[in-house]
Amino acid sequence: MTGADLLLLALGAVAVGAGVLVVSTKHLVRAGLYLVVCLGALAGDYLVLGAELVAWVQVLIYVGAVVVLLLFAVMLTRAPIGASDDLDRPGWPAALIGGGAGLGLSVLLVDAYRWSTVTMPGAGTAERLGEQIFRSWVLPFEVLSVLLLSALVGAVVLSRPDIGQPAPQRGDTAGDTSTPQTVGADGVRR
Amino acid sequence: MRPVVPYVTAALLFGLGVYGVLRRRNAVLVLMAVELMLNAVNLILVTADTTARAVLPHSGQVFALFVIVLAAAEIGVGLAIVLQLYRLRSTVAVDDVALTEPPVSAQPVGRDVEAGR
Repeated sequence: MTGADLLLLALGAVAVGAGVLVVSTKHLVRAGLYLVVCLGALAGDYLVLGAELVAWVQVLIYVGAVVVLLLFAVMLTRAPIGASDDLDRPGWPAALIGGGAGLGLSVLLVDAYRWSTVTMPGAGTAERLGEQIFRSWVLPFEVLSVLLLSALVGAVVLSRPDIGQPAPQRGDTAGDTSTPQTVGADGVRR
Repeated sequence: MRPVVPYVTAALLFGLGVYGVLRRRNAVLVLMAVELMLNAVNLILVTADTTARAVLPHSGQVFALFVIVLAAAEIGVGLAIVLQLYRLRSTVAVDDVALTEPPVSAQPVGRDVEAGR
């Protein structure tokens, strides 16, 4: 056991423990905060494994953006602050499938790698990763940018109720004389 | 470095994510469990970058970056769907969602929202 092994073991224990709390806590907001702990421990794992850029991107995007979005959603759906009792379904099929998946994969990986050691390759700094991305993986990178744009447009379309309404409704509201200003502005906007 | 430690961590995290997706009723908590699964896959990719000697160096870490971008896109669209569901039905419990669309009930809600703007 070297120092890196001990660090990986400790950070992995923290990540799995926080993950257990994420899927089992009764408090919605606390689930989001335990998710921060879990993702932060995973970022530490990445650092120990030599993936510097991935670790910092993990902190920036997951801990900085995704968890904040999730907490916003918790607030916007008017979640109760205290413990809530109706968060869970009956648990035994979920425990069966989830435990089966986790333990089965663990057995598979332990059987494949036993207690072998590997020497660490060079750290994945921003320079080396950028060289790889813009030399070997340029096409997937561009496709991902298109995907991000379409996800953005999709989120905007989903959250606006006036897009995708059937056309006759415009005639209905145009016949309504009580709000001529709104109709005019509406017609211009479309 | 013994690669079995992060591999087992990732496997356990994936199992926890599957458990959370199947167990939770609140849609936001389901999305959190999906994040756990995506992170388990990322840990597998980063660890495989140290154990497998590929032709292109650091491919696993590049793939982990791509998965992080995919997760960001997924969470944006997913939360838009959840918030729209909350606006239409005033609930985010995933087993309260009707699988067959009622033909008329959604229409007045949309028109009310339109008139209120």
